[in-house]
Amino acid sequence: MKHLALTTALLMSATGAMAGKAFVSNERGNTITVVDTESWEVLTEFDGGNRPRGITLSPDGSLLYVCASDDDTVRVFDTETYEELYTLPSGPDPELFVIHPSGSPLYIANEDDNLVTVTDTESHSILAEVPVGVEPEGMAISPDSQWVVNTSETTNMAHFISTEDYQIKHNILVDQRPRYAQYTSDGSRLFVSSEIGGTVSVIDVAEDGTPTLRQKIEFEVPGVLPEWLQPVGVKITEDASRIFVALGPANRVAVIDGASLEVVDYIMVGQRVWQMDFTHDQKYLVTTNGNSNDITVIDVEKEEAIKSVQVGQQPWGVAITPY
Amino acid sequence: MPIPMKPLMAAAALLMSSAMAQALDVRAGVLRVDYDALLPISRYDVRPDDLAFAGAALADEDNATTGSFLGHTYETVTRAAPPEEAAAAMEALLADGIRFIAVDAKASELTDLADKAAEAGALVLNTRAPDVGLRSDQCRANLLHIAPSDAMKAEAVAQFAVWKQWKRWLLITGSNPEDRALADAYRRAATKFGATIVEEREFEDTGGSRRTDSGHVMVQRQLPTFMQGTESHDVVIAADATDYFAAYLPYHLWTPRPVMGSAGLRPVTIHAAHEAWGATQFQNRFEALTRRHVQEEDYNTWLALRVLGEAVTRANTTDPAELEAFILSDAFELAAFKGQKVTFRPWNGQLRQPVLLHDGRITVSVSPQEGFLHQTSPLDTLGLDEPESDCTAFQ
Repeated sequence: MKHLALTTALLMSATGAMAGKAFVSNERGNTITVVDTESWEVLTEFDGGNRPRGITLSPDGSLLYVCASDDDTVRVFDTETYEELYTLPSGPDPELFVIHPSGSPLYIANEDDNLVTVTDTESHSILAEVPVGVEPEGMAISPDSQWVVNTSETTNMAHFISTEDYQIKHNILVDQRPRYAQYTSDGSRLFVSSEIGGTVSVIDVAEDGTPTLRQKIEFEVPGVLPEWLQPVGVKITEDASRIFVALGPANRVAVIDGASLEVVDYIMVGQRVWQMDFTHDQKYLVTTNGNSNDITVIDVEKEEAIKSVQVGQQPWGVAITPY
Repeated sequence: MPIPMKPLMAAAALLMSSAMAQALDVRAGVLRVDYDALLPISRYDVRPDDLAFAGAALADEDNATTGSFLGHTYETVTRAAPPEEAAAAMEALLADGIRFIAVDAKASELTDLADKAAEAGALVLNTRAPDVGLRSDQCRANLLHIAPSDAMKAEAVAQFAVWKQWKRWLLITGSNPEDRALADAYRRAATKFGATIVEEREFEDTGGSRRTDSGHVMVQRQLPTFMQGTESHDVVIAADATDYFAAYLPYHLWTPRPVMGSAGLRPVTIHAAHEAWGATQFQNRFEALTRRHVQEEDYNTWLALRVLGEAVTRANTTDPAELEAFILSDAFELAAFKGQKVTFRPWNGQLRQPVLLHDGRITVSVSPQEGFLHQTSPLDTLGLDEPESDCTAFQ
């Protein structure tokens, strides 16, 4: 073996082969399914606590954070050994969260208590509790880390919380039951899905973070009742040219053109599609399909579903390693 | 005398009114009419003291949380009165300046109460009375219906029976006027969706066989003989709005068949085990606040006040006429833990909503059923559609 190859091999074994992994939280099965993002084979399934929903990774991909909603805690797992390392205080009924790009803190939506809990992932302590609207769910952080956005499902607002003093500085009314929020990578726009309203609100964000509602995107699929077009998860490509929206019981992912903000296609996936995540190179988009107990792999460039993989019971969220 | 405003302040005020919500204080009332009634067949159905009011308390919390971001405050005054004092209670609420009142009453009191409110320009939300006439020739321009009508509930059951291909119905009816009105709704539902009522029987209310003093012994002997020798049928439909016999039917028939309607599979707006579409969060909030399970009148009252809150949030006004116009418009929509938005029928003021079919433990199904289509909304396959309603008050 040549010297270079040997070094590479050593490096690989030291960092754990570095094949990408998708972690899927199974809300009803109380497990996390691990899927290899090259072979799309299921590697393992491990205990995720009671009612695991929101799921995310530390920036380096070494730690997996899971909102174990019925345990009122965030469980932290090693992404190589799948061992539970410790839990973090989350406030009651954590559902979704977003992590600061530095790896701390976590901003956690507490669905039953109208709060966003800010938890330091290093000291394992709660830094702040921010009162928000009724049934907080969606969480997003601006790329410059100045703003955390929370959506409240019964108040129907996107709340813009300053990460400096944890005060709400702006509120934007959106349509019924806002589920998810996502900034573009340059921070100039925020997309908020409204499940029952059936729309995605497009919010322009000024330099200083001030939001202005620009327009609402509607959906229409021939042969599907408008009532079943229920936008939930939203993911945006790095260049913001495409916005993907999971449409719940319509069993489709809408593809929106980032420039025209028009829906250009609908991709058939599994049943009751909720959350999504990109692979690190954005070649693939993975969707969780709660009623068919599988995930769908979408080829992002071709905008086609290429594979479905059976996971646990009622897959809810998905997080993919940054490698 | 008005204070002259400086130009800068005036500009700022204008800017605020266009860009931001203005501060509003929203006051609402809940008037519950308490009727003399016998004990229910099941102890589970005993009416708690805070029935309906508990829903109002939760709605106040929900509305106030949302309102806190907009400068809107909410306060709801609750009143319970026997039928003979209901009018005075309504007058007291109106005299207090309240112009939005959720009324939990039967039609016999509701129409007079709504008319009294109309004189004061107040809006009434019906959270109880299921009478079809209130959505038709007896409708009122200031009366919106949160509670589903007998027609909506009967048709929710009918769609499920037809979807199951259980099209031959044996209709068992009570002898009280409310029971007969409900039976009418099932007859219309059968015609509307292609089921056949193969036979009808009336189970007379003789005032006996309640649950105590071994009433069940008599029921076990009486009911099977009453149910003997019927036409061949797929399902028994019970029309017992006054709750005196239907609960006994399921295991005391002669021919073993499922029971639907007033017992067995029942159409409801909510039950304490409903979890789908985020309802778990509603149940958790309700139980944390009240230390008991939710009942339909709690949910109906919560929904009435959420309709008001949502309209205030969006329309930025507390003017009853403006709010009613907004509520009846296409712009109004509300999430109510039913999997799709609830809206209002502009022709008779009825809230469109899916109806849960409940077996006492779980949600068995939700109507409208798959395949029942409508040019406007599948929800309009339940209850009086525009051409079927004689209501002209909203024109």
